[in-house]
Formats: sequence, structure tokens, C-alpha cells
Amino acid sequence: MDKIIGTLNGINFTIGDTLLELSYLIAALLFVFGLKLLSHPETARRGNLWAAGGMGLAMLTTLLLHKAPNGSGIPLTNVWIILASIGVGSVIGWIVARKIKMTAMPQLVSIYNATGGAASMLVALLEYPNAVAGDVSSILVTVLGLVIGAIAFSGSMIAYGKLDGKVGDIMKPFMTYLNLVLLIVTIALTVFIIISPNEPSEMIWAIYTLMALSLIYGIMFVMPIGGADMPVVISLLNSLTGIAAAMAGFIYSNEAMILGGILVGAAGMILTMLMCKAMNRSLLNVIIGAFGGGGAAGAGNEHGTIKEIQLSDAAVLLSYSQKIVIIPGYGLAVAQAQHIAHELDTLLEGKGVEVKYAIHPVAGRMPGHMNVLLAEADVPYEKLVEMDDINPDMPNVDVAIVIGANDVVNPAAYDDPSSPIYGMPIIDAHLAKNIIIMKRGMGKGYAGIENFLFFNEKTRMLFGDAKSSITKLVSEIKSM
Amino acid sequence: MEVLKFFFEYKEAIFIIALSIFVGIEVISNVPAVLHTPLMSGANAISGVIIIGGIILVGHADLSKFSLSLVLGILALIFGTLNVVGGFAVTDRMLEMFKKKKK
Repeated sequence: MDKIIGTLNGINFTIGDTLLELSYLIAALLFVFGLKLLSHPETARRGNLWAAGGMGLAMLTTLLLHKAPNGSGIPLTNVWIILASIGVGSVIGWIVARKIKMTAMPQLVSIYNATGGAASMLVALLEYPNAVAGDVSSILVTVLGLVIGAIAFSGSMIAYGKLDGKVGDIMKPFMTYLNLVLLIVTIALTVFIIISPNEPSEMIWAIYTLMALSLIYGIMFVMPIGGADMPVVISLLNSLTGIAAAMAGFIYSNEAMILGGILVGAAGMILTMLMCKAMNRSLLNVIIGAFGGGGAAGAGNEHGTIKEIQLSDAAVLLSYSQKIVIIPGYGLAVAQAQHIAHELDTLLEGKGVEVKYAIHPVAGRMPGHMNVLLAEADVPYEKLVEMDDINPDMPNVDVAIVIGANDVVNPAAYDDPSSPIYGMPIIDAHLAKNIIIMKRGMGKGYAGIENFLFFNEKTRMLFGDAKSSITKLVSEIKSM
Repeated sequence: MEVLKFFFEYKEAIFIIALSIFVGIEVISNVPAVLHTPLMSGANAISGVIIIGGIILVGHADLSKFSLSLVLGILALIFGTLNVVGGFAVTDRMLEMFKKKKK
């Protein structure tokens, strides 16, 4: 392995060095292929495994073959420490990933994103003292890795808190200005550190201050953003974590890190854009728009009346329908009602009723989250219909059952220009012949907007926890 | 001048960045909404590639004396592993469910 096989730019390189770089190339290609396969339903699982394989390969060869600039490999004691650390991280990561409830998936993704950001931040922090004074380019990437990693870390932690209901939306008008000031100060300090001719060892105070500022900025940046916009924010933060990892890749001139990081950065950015498109909003609007901050007055208060439906009436209505569409939202997931919903649809199918699920692109807490939840409950793939495919058929639907969804069926998106969701594509539940809405209470939806569908004269409300409501409904239908 | 110097010093890396951005965009476009969550989660796991940096950092750390850097380095390694292992594991679990219903 230590046999010198050539010289490049005056530096000898060995078989080991060559194999290491070769393994990075393979890892990088596996990342690209993995991501490609991940974007098709049939190959997604394989893609994930390929990418994981690439990561494992790069980790292993780094451990075995990496050399310090003075040519020494990684000493055995260090190898043990590394293996122990990786072991601890793997066990925790694996157990949490296996145990977590599917409804809490978005929270977990933000936590893991936070750890990635924290790792980038720490690596950059620890590499900074090794930078050479006046070497602008190497200090630039180190400092950027630190700033971006720190923002991704603290921002993801706040996003986690919001998704988990631990952190509320705090939006004060002055916060926009405060954030702007904070951002300017952070950028100014970043530039100061980069162009400073001082030895890095004299700048330690500055680098810690910068880290603190970036952490605070991450918190302040996510804090005012409404809970409904968290998926977009997580995707954006995910993209930042990738960029931070790529910056760290520059420190080590490591192509696998640079490529992997930038790949995620670009993919995350595109995914963010796709989600914004699904909600018909611009990214800027999401970041400074403060959705659901109470500014949604709506068009006056001409509410009309709410009509409730009895369980027995609902059971009859459903049993004698021909076509039923279930529109699930996050409320269904929170109530863990996906299994009993599946029981309801099988029961109705047995009575000759055609049942479909209409999935809004942003139903749940993340795009595609609802598909995962329903898949968990064994609802067949063919029964899940996407919004654009079901909408033309909505007028023929006898009953639209809205379970724990709200904003994705709010007709204000069509006819109320003052509504914050005006222009967002929705599932046309209001076109169905009958509408049953299962809801815990008359509270507003996640985005805090009044929903006029509730006051539609075709609408009947069935109040209560989704799981117990559907359970009662199922036994009611069975006893008919 | 500094900008030109930066470009020249890092020209290979800048080529990699430019092409990776293109590849990233190309690979992701036209993803069905069904896969957005697993894809985000999988991409998230790939961003754990920072762990290579952690391995290099701790690998060449001086163990002869206790230092804050070593502790922080180990912390970086653990965080990086959480991102990688947890990320891939949870993505696999999500995709496993899609598989099951195909039968």
C-alpha cells in the first residue's frame, strides 16, 4: 500500500493514495445513482441502499488509507476512538429510526438534519486554527462551512420544535428588521475574519462569536415562519447542510464530500421550489410571509351555520353511495386513524361502494407524508389518487369524507383573493354531492385560516377524535 | 484579483460544483410527490458525508493530551454518524412500506 507509484506536482503518491481517491470516485457515483433511483417508486429502496453503500465505502477507505500531510496514516488508537464514536452514533441512529412512529417522521428528518449541520459546524470550527493566515480561499470555505452548518443546526432544531408542537409561532413586526440586522452583522464578521491578515490563533474569539451569531440567526430565521411552512423550511435547511458539508470538503480537498454536499444542496433547493409550487407561493414569501400569523382576516364574517350529522345517518349515507372519496389530512395521522380508515374503506367496498383516497401534494406535514402513512396501514397503492387526477371526477362523487384535513380543501383558494392561500391548488371537495367533515372541534386549520367549506350547505360535520369517530362509524355500518 | 486567484486555485472543485449542481437538478426533477419525503430523507443522509471530515479530524488528532478539540471532534463524529445511519435507516423504513403494499 505504501509503495510509491508516481509523482504529481512534486508530491509522491502511493497505491493507497490512489485507491483512496478511486474509492471516493466510486462513492460519488453511487451518490448520484442512488439519488437518481430514489426518484422512481420502483427503484427507490435500492437507490437508498446504493447511496448508503457509497457512504460506507468512503468511510472505510478514509479510515484505512487516509494520510496526514506528513505522510503518516491514522494511528491505531485513533482508529479505535473513531470506531467507538461511529458505533455510538450508529446504535442511537438505528434504534431511533426503527422505533419512531411514522407520524413523527418529519420531526426525525429535521433532527437528523440538525446533527449533520452540527457536525459540519464542529469540523469547520476545529479546522479553523489549522488555516494559514492570509490564505483567503481556505479561510473562506472554513468560515462558510461554520456559518452555514450552524444556521442549519439551530434552524433545524427550531423546525423540529415547531413540528412537535414544542415551539409556537412567534412573529412580531420588528423581527424582520432584527433578522436583517443580525444577518448583516453575521456577514460583516464573516468578511472581517476572511480578510483579516492575523494568525487564526489570534482570531479564536472572532470565530466563536461568529458561531454564536450564526446559531442565533438560525433560530431567529425559522422562528417567525408558520408551522404550515415547515416542510419547505426543512427542505431548505437540508440543502444548507449539504452546502456546509461541501465547504468542509474544500478544506480537505475531498471530492466525495464536495460532490455529495453540492448534490444534496442542489437537490434540496429543487425540492424546496417544487414544494413552494405545490402551495403556489414563492420561497421569499415563505421566508418573510409569516403565514398564519393572524393577518388572515378573510372576507368578512358571513359564516352561515354549521350542520352536524348523526353517526347513524352518516352510516346510511355512506352505505348507499356509489362513489366515495376520502380526503385525509394530518389530523388523521395525529389520531392514528389510518388503520381504521382502511377498515372503513374495505367494509364499504364489500358493500359495492367505490372508495378512493385523494392525496393533496402537501397533505400531512411533508409532501408525500400521507402516502407513507397510508402505506403503513396497507391501503393499496391503486386507491391513492393524486389531486390533479381526482378533481375532474369530483362532481360525480357522492360523498367526500374529509378526515383531519382543512386547508387543502379550503375553497377560499379559489374565490377569496384576500386569503393567504388564494391560488393554492386544492382538492375540490366542495364539488362533491355530499361532504362529511370529521374534525375535533371548530378550530381553524394548521395555517389558521377560516374554512368556508364548513358552512357549505352540502356539508355535515362529525365532531370528535378521528379514530373514535371512524371506529363508531364502522360498527354502525356493520350493525346495519 | 483575489477572485481570479480563488478560481484558479480551486478550478477543479469549481468545475465539480458546477456539474454537481446540474446533476442534482437533473436527477431530482420530475419526482412524483409520493416520493418527496423519502427523497428528502435520503438526500439528508447523503449530506452526512461530512462524517469523512470527522474521521480525518479525529484520525489525526493528538491523543497524548486531553483537549477540547478532541471532545468536539468526537462529538462531530457521533453527530455525523447519526445523520448518516439514522437517515439511511429511516428512509429504508419508509420505502419498505411502499414495497409491502405492492403485493
